[in-house]
Amino acid sequence: MKLIAASAHSTGATAGKVIELANTEDPRTLDLSRVSRIDLNFPKFTDGRAYSQAFLLRRRLGFTGELRATGDVLIDQLVQMERTGFDVAVLRADQNVDFAQRQFDRYRGFYQGDAVTVSPRFVTHPQPAPATAGFVQTGAAI
Amino acid sequence: MYQYTEFDRQFVRARAAQHRDQLERNLAGTLSDDDFRPLRLQNGWYIQRYAPMLRVAVPYGELASSQLRVLARIAREYDHPSKEVFDKAIGTQATWGTTHLPVGYGHFTTRQNVQFNWIPLAKSADVMDLLATVNMHGIQTSGNCIRNITSDELAGVAPDEIADPRPFAEIMRQWSTLHPEFAFLPRKFKIAITGATNDRAAVRWHDVGLHLIKNDAGELGFRVFVGGGMGRTPVISTEIRAFLPWNQIMNYLEAVVRVYNRWGRRDNAYKARIKILVKAEGQRYIDEVEAEYQQILTRDGAPHTISQAELDRVSACFVPPALAERAQAAIKTVANNTTVPAERQKDYDRWLQQNVASHKNPALRAVTLSYKRLGQAPGDADADQLDTAAALADEFSAGEVRVTHDQNLLLPWVRAEDLPALWVAASHAGLARSNIRLLTDMIACPGGDFCALANARSIPVAAAITERYQDMDELHDLGEIDLHISGCINSCGHHHSGHIGILGVDKDGKEWYQVSIGGSDGSDLSGDAVPGKVVGPSFGALEVPGVIEALLDTFRQHRNGRETFIDCVKRVGLDTFKTAANSARLADKHEELHAMPKTSGYAKDVQEA
Repeated sequence: MKLIAASAHSTGATAGKVIELANTEDPRTLDLSRVSRIDLNFPKFTDGRAYSQAFLLRRRLGFTGELRATGDVLIDQLVQMERTGFDVAVLRADQNVDFAQRQFDRYRGFYQGDAVTVSPRFVTHPQPAPATAGFVQTGAAI
Repeated sequence: MYQYTEFDRQFVRARAAQHRDQLERNLAGTLSDDDFRPLRLQNGWYIQRYAPMLRVAVPYGELASSQLRVLARIAREYDHPSKEVFDKAIGTQATWGTTHLPVGYGHFTTRQNVQFNWIPLAKSADVMDLLATVNMHGIQTSGNCIRNITSDELAGVAPDEIADPRPFAEIMRQWSTLHPEFAFLPRKFKIAITGATNDRAAVRWHDVGLHLIKNDAGELGFRVFVGGGMGRTPVISTEIRAFLPWNQIMNYLEAVVRVYNRWGRRDNAYKARIKILVKAEGQRYIDEVEAEYQQILTRDGAPHTISQAELDRVSACFVPPALAERAQAAIKTVANNTTVPAERQKDYDRWLQQNVASHKNPALRAVTLSYKRLGQAPGDADADQLDTAAALADEFSAGEVRVTHDQNLLLPWVRAEDLPALWVAASHAGLARSNIRLLTDMIACPGGDFCALANARSIPVAAAITERYQDMDELHDLGEIDLHISGCINSCGHHHSGHIGILGVDKDGKEWYQVSIGGSDGSDLSGDAVPGKVVGPSFGALEVPGVIEALLDTFRQHRNGRETFIDCVKRVGLDTFKTAANSARLADKHEELHAMPKTSGYAKDVQEA
């Protein structure tokens, strides 16, 4: 995931068309032809609507351009942003990029599928049934 | 019980490490309190009236004795405030009459979790590491996310069970854990699941309620309800699906939660729960969920369809334990042929009647240990009592207990012939009071002694009623009654669903209580889920025990034979009971004793609690 400092973020000067989408909009109403970038906004980091927008754009609509997270973007939400389909995040001005990388390194994997890894872990890494020593069917040990 | 894989274990450890990282940044000043709050809430840490509270997740209520012992250790070593914090707390609470604040306790909640009230936040990362050693954590026990999934306390052992809900609860736990899209919903989101005909999980009161059923073809699936909840607008959920094949539950829930995430209100916390959305949009919400579900199936390829292999893997964790090495310690400590002394036969018989439930396996019983007794708040257990429960679980119940919705512990694997020995051991521990489902087996939240949001205290009201109804003859004669006490309208004490509900309300900064009757959690005893009706203007604290007594006296006057309180209320009608309650008002309410101490500004925490 590409991280951009707030000061380096610009809304113009991009090759293709850029759309800024408010988090109240339904992305399925958009004409995505020739759109190269969509900015999804987090007015507060606790307002999670843009995660669903990103998922729908990436997974449902097959949008292959850039999905950029803007607004109240904190390093503690970067991993879930990436998992829902964002590939660029513009960090809030006070965020320390030095602390960001270890957020990505922490988990070996996740349980559920997402916009990047479609299948849940029980499909991608099936586990054997546990050894049942010490366990029996109802009544058998009585 | 579910057996954690290496992946599951490292996941819990990684979560503890993540919390430590966030805590250290917060203490170093690089993560502000406002930015830290929603993060720590999703690990179960929230600041109350005087100190942080930790809510530990107990998925669908199942605990191993090894986990109980770690909870005991946390109560013993960590649930202690600094002198400064405690002095401030007891000094402030004394202004409205509280003279005792318990420390060193775990508290069982209605959602089958365990809470601690005094652990200093600076030690929170150490506690999370300790919990992780026994696969425990506080993931999503607070915050606006999918919370711990609750279930029937008799899951897997109930004779009236259609299918064991625990494998599905576990698979859904994994699906909901750190779900990237659903971590910041408009508001908290609670799921309950039952597989029995008698609903012991209050599923109709949840954001999503799941009832395992079989269709006419004998196939297993879910009846799905959505939009139930308590709070200031009590709503019984709406059926959104009469039958959903079992393997589709997560694909379907993804649609339910995605539409809620997109459409749910975020402008007003009191209108942000899914119940408000379902009420406001009605069929439009249902249609949108159905359309989204079809898209997940056809466009997304139904990625979260549960495979038979995964169901088999998880189900294999829940086969009944072998009890071949039965209760050996018990046989050592209590003679094998334990007989009940003649003078205590009546107590024992009552315990068999109230605390012992029948079992799928005719040789076994499920036994409830009562944490409702004089001198301790409902659902509180100190470190020694937690250790005792672990020892009883090891001796009598294959090392497993359940936290019940009614704030007790249940031993699910007890041999019938061990009952006398268990009764003796539980009696010695003070956990064999035969009051399960009776009046004094009340549900109560921590209330104004701990919670910053409470308008009134719950614990003293619970104590006063417990004290009044100590006569076991009287208690058993009254029969089964759900008494539920909440310290505020957020309804953690489920007052809406009580046959008798007590709600703390704030009038001019003073402590008052609204009393309601006729509520139901949806169990066979209580009838279809419905909120209770308020009997009249609120009462002062000193009046409440008298009001309860008046309601129960009226019940005794009008009762037909062994009719239950709730059936009597339904038959006789509310007015008779309202009149009785209102006649119990005192001329002198001693209001001046009950001025509400002002809380010191953690309202933001409780708004998201």
